[in-house]
Amino acid sequence: MRNRFWLLALIFAASPLQAQELAADNYRAYCVQCHGMEGNGKGVNIRDMAVQPRDHTDAKSMSGRSDEALFKVIKEGGPAIDKSVLMPPWGDTLSDEEIRDMVLHLRTLCKCKFGS
Amino acid sequence: MKRLFILAVLFSSAPVLAVDGMAILQRDCAVCHSLTGPAAQTLKDAWSRKGPDLFYAGNKYRAEWMTAWLQKPQAIRPAGLNYGEHLKAGVKGDEVDTATLPLHPVLAKADAVAVTAELMKLKPHDDLISKEKLESGSISKQMGEMAFDKFYGCLACHQIEPEFGGFSGPELYTAAQRLQPEFMASLIRSPQAWNPKSWMPNKQLTDMGIQKMVRYLDVIGKESANAK
Repeated sequence: MRNRFWLLALIFAASPLQAQELAADNYRAYCVQCHGMEGNGKGVNIRDMAVQPRDHTDAKSMSGRSDEALFKVIKEGGPAIDKSVLMPPWGDTLSDEEIRDMVLHLRTLCKCKFGS
Repeated sequence: MKRLFILAVLFSSAPVLAVDGMAILQRDCAVCHSLTGPAAQTLKDAWSRKGPDLFYAGNKYRAEWMTAWLQKPQAIRPAGLNYGEHLKAGVKGDEVDTATLPLHPVLAKADAVAVTAELMKLKPHDDLISKEKLESGSISKQMGEMAFDKFYGCLACHQIEPEFGGFSGPELYTAAQRLQPEFMASLIRSPQAWNPKSWMPNKQLTDMGIQKMVRYLDVIGKESANAK
């Protein structure tokens, strides 16, 4: 029993890490560059952008987006919901589960829900 | 006498390299750069890396550029490798905290040549490179820029001339001087094939779109080189 436990532990430790990242970490890695350290849409990249990134702390505009729309725009990019091409698709970077977590994370940033 | 002859043959066939490039790589470069791979599989690992991975340097860089750059290193990424570590709050939003950007050591010419020769041997991703078939063709700077900016949105993160474009990605007006064309094509096709945690998203460009972007990078790369 004890041996089996260690074997399992080893397999998990050595398996290719498709480990899920925390949404806050994914946000820091991929979203902050445009949406900003504070999530206020004032990222380091915005100077020459024709369209400014969404302010994720703006409850009014964020409550106008359904969770499904947020999932779609993260996975497939801005044009998928008729928004800017400057918002890229993150479907090859984040798993569906990570994107669902990111939607929840966005709801904590805006302190809002869809339609609220 | 026979021994002398063997020694003479040994010396005459040995490459005249007074400098051991691999020794330099392992002693000075491996502290910050991965020379053996694999690429980071977690963000924690990605953030812990202080320099770009070099374990596929032979698939990625142009040798002549590498030798020159090592002797006169200049920043390529306006906000550093891990841009998140080099941000500060500014008046209009986040800014690059340039004081925190590290400087790369300068190598003497002989060392740079020897190190480059070793780096060019590191080619674990010939499989990805061989998938790219670049066709000759041209694109005007204007059309290329329109696609780059308006169709694909790459300008969000990359600069196409000094001080124009985003900060989190590498400058691209020198990309064609630095990088092998097939690498550029392969990276655009799938950044995650090279680095699963890459900050760069896969924009799902078509084959034609990739060809156009590589040609455009060549156009602005030549313009940038001529301007020097």
